[in-house]
Amino acid sequence: MNLLEMRGITKRFHGVTALSDVTLAVRAGEIHAVVGENGAGKSTLMKVLSGVFPHGEYDGAIHFEGSERQFRGIHDSEKAGIIIIHQELALVPLLSIAENIFLGNEPARLGVIDWFAAYAKTQALLRKVGLNERPSTLITDIGVGKQQLVEIAKALSKEVKLLILDEPTASLNEVDSDALLALLLDLKAHGIACILISHKLNEVAKVADTITVIRDGSTVRSFDCRSETVSEDQVIQAMVGRKLEDRYPKRTPQIGETVFEIKDWRVHHPEHADRLMIKGVNLHARRGEIVGIAGLMGAGRTELAMSVFGRSYGRKISGQVLLNGREVDVSTIQKAVANGIAYVTEDRKGYGLVLNEDIQRNVTLANLGGVSSATVIDDGREFKVANDYKQKLRIRCSNVFQQVVNLSGGNQQKVVLAKWLFANPELLILDEPTRGIDVGAKFEIYTLMAELAAAGKCVVMISSEMPELLGMCDRIYVMNEGRFVGEFTAAEASQEKIMRSIVTAGAA
Amino acid sequence: MADPTIPAPVPGAAAAPGPSAAPAVPTAAEAAHPYAGFLKNNLREYGMLMSLVAIMAFFQYMTDGTLLEPLNLTNLVLQNSYIVIMALGMLLVIVAGHIDLSVGSVVGFIGALAAVLMVHYDWHFVPATIVCLLAGAAIGAAQGWFVAFFRIPSFIVTLAGMLVFKGLSLALLQGQSVGPFPPTFQLLSSGFIPDWLNGETLRTTSLLAGIVVAFALIVAKLRERANQTRHGMEAEPYPFFIGKNLVFAAIIIAFSWKLASYKGLPNVLIIMTLLMLFYDFVTTRTTTGRRIYALGGNEKAARLSGVKTQWLSFYTFVNMGVLAAVAGLVFAARLNTATPKAGTGFELDVIAACFIGGASASGGVGKVLGAVIGAFVMGVMNNGMSILGIGIDYQQVIKGLVLLAAVFVDVYNKSKS
Repeated sequence: MNLLEMRGITKRFHGVTALSDVTLAVRAGEIHAVVGENGAGKSTLMKVLSGVFPHGEYDGAIHFEGSERQFRGIHDSEKAGIIIIHQELALVPLLSIAENIFLGNEPARLGVIDWFAAYAKTQALLRKVGLNERPSTLITDIGVGKQQLVEIAKALSKEVKLLILDEPTASLNEVDSDALLALLLDLKAHGIACILISHKLNEVAKVADTITVIRDGSTVRSFDCRSETVSEDQVIQAMVGRKLEDRYPKRTPQIGETVFEIKDWRVHHPEHADRLMIKGVNLHARRGEIVGIAGLMGAGRTELAMSVFGRSYGRKISGQVLLNGREVDVSTIQKAVANGIAYVTEDRKGYGLVLNEDIQRNVTLANLGGVSSATVIDDGREFKVANDYKQKLRIRCSNVFQQVVNLSGGNQQKVVLAKWLFANPELLILDEPTRGIDVGAKFEIYTLMAELAAAGKCVVMISSEMPELLGMCDRIYVMNEGRFVGEFTAAEASQEKIMRSIVTAGAA
Repeated sequence: MADPTIPAPVPGAAAAPGPSAAPAVPTAAEAAHPYAGFLKNNLREYGMLMSLVAIMAFFQYMTDGTLLEPLNLTNLVLQNSYIVIMALGMLLVIVAGHIDLSVGSVVGFIGALAAVLMVHYDWHFVPATIVCLLAGAAIGAAQGWFVAFFRIPSFIVTLAGMLVFKGLSLALLQGQSVGPFPPTFQLLSSGFIPDWLNGETLRTTSLLAGIVVAFALIVAKLRERANQTRHGMEAEPYPFFIGKNLVFAAIIIAFSWKLASYKGLPNVLIIMTLLMLFYDFVTTRTTTGRRIYALGGNEKAARLSGVKTQWLSFYTFVNMGVLAAVAGLVFAARLNTATPKAGTGFELDVIAACFIGGASASGGVGKVLGAVIGAFVMGVMNNGMSILGIGIDYQQVIKGLVLLAAVFVDVYNKSKS
């Protein structure tokens, strides 16, 4: 018996077909993973299902619990028991957990809220999702992982029958991700079905009963994980529509002399000056080398990178930065850039891009001097630079005057990369360069990293995805709680060894 | 480079355009009518200008042609010059993501300062002007300091400034009106460029100046276009380009001819035009301008790209202070007296001008020429409604509704696209 059946769903935007004849069948009480590259149409499909695109704006039929439904808005679908949790959480930061859970749905009489009931119900819901926080705690005071749980508790308060999670673990560390996946299994045991949209195939493999692959707006195939064993490669092949011999470009590293060195780097927390965040880190990177920094979220990797990059994080910073054996001043971002350091942020929308501006203006922002003379920008030269990078990095867009906000995640990431490549750095620090982007774009970014290393640059890659560190890096540092707790060459490194050095360091 | 045995995946990835890439490609309809597509894309850009033309046409009709009479046109320029001048600075402040509520009070304060220096202390107008401009810069710096380096919201800092400088101008003038100014200083607002060619009924120099400017515009645009096409940039369709610039040139010549048949080009128009060209150049062509837009669009990203965001915010306020001082001098010279009430409410007209001209309240968006057009939309309405004898009460109501309508149309268009 299928809980949900979407049949022949077709959705067009101004003549462009986003979904064409998509079929999705979710059985009662199963976890159903929907996977596909960015822009494949997953989010559009979920918007159709949740009524964001109301009935009549699409073709096809939605059957839920045996009868056809015509949702005219999110309100309708929520009433039916379909609740979607978006990637960008919809919580009000300065309200409490209880206030958020019952926002718009407050237990009230004549408009006066019964806070006792609300708090008691919240207490019960939090217990159900395994969150040990008081209902009166403000959202802003808990981490992203816990916020995710609050979202789920909110969904449970509405008597959910089908829960849709859009990339729920994208910004979670492994511990929180595991907890979330365990919760999904628990909900499943209580008969709540779930649609899980994810890029992380290992997680999908852990929990999914069925995997549906969407590519270019159509359903490619559905794997039933209960009756067949499904390998990751099969899924990836279905996602990208071609055989993927290798997820990483092959390269023969040609490693030269040490170019970049950090010695005894110490950084204090920007607000709590007595808290030491980076506790004496030593790092070096050689010409043509790709160096990885592994670690859990909160290990201090981003803080390390940003404090080196013009002290853009922390205060009371001490230690030395050496380029080609000579100590350099990196006390401002301008000086760091002038000394050949570039930092590609993990948060491309928040810190990497000026979203309302076009590709061209974003690409040249870090090196306006390179397209101007006597501070006057040469339009033509700027266009040529942007256009060259568009072709070189295969940024998919109509032209370089397109606003970056309209690009997919992978293409936005390429724009950020183009910006820093144009600044012509010696050392490129990439912070989670492939987060939230699809398999095809990932490969392109890996290839680019390999090319940079081959051209004699240093590349430092911070990543939470161990397979990509192992696949790309010549040497991997392991970071935990502000310290380097391990260092492995590509030959020695393995997922187990890295994990072990994190865990044992934490215990010590 | 990748191993030669596996280059297949990358071209494959590039060749398979996902639906995300698809909307970027021009649709069949646009491809079939390139001009129509172009017009549609640029309608928003010229929409404001067309509204101004429509409003002018409306009042020209309603006032039986009084609006565009040489005398009235001259007045229109004189009445709006100080709003336009401040709108240039305000635009930068708004693009950078801030606001300045103090400019009206600063206009009053600088006027008072100028009056005290020139009337009470008999200073020559040159040193007095310099002192006033420096005072404006100092005022801007003081406010910008708090906004840029201490991150106090500009709304609050400049609200405080509004009260402070209103109070200080009262104190300076001791509640009295001070005037008149020396005649040489009055020329700033009441003077016209001299007519060396001694036209009988027509100020020939002024007309000639207009023709030269129109010609320069066309040459500059042609050069810009040549540079664009040389680098393979897609330029606008040629007939459209020529047509547009000929119309602009014709308007400039017609405008200067009108003014020339009265007293010629006002001095303040020259100042205003030069400032306008300067700020248009700064915002569209220089690295500084570009960085201000980036700062307003995403301050964190701008900072991490090496933009000195704090100093840049600071300088936009210094600049605003100087321009408010210029406006204060122009306004004092026009009234020929400094009164404690001078400048009251100017900040609202200036800010409205920027928003009518398409600036975004959240920063990062806005054009100098838009703000200038916005200022003239307000100015023409003020002027036209006064000629029609509409009371100050309903004038305010109508101006408020026009501001709301302009921003509504802008936001509505954006949400549609």
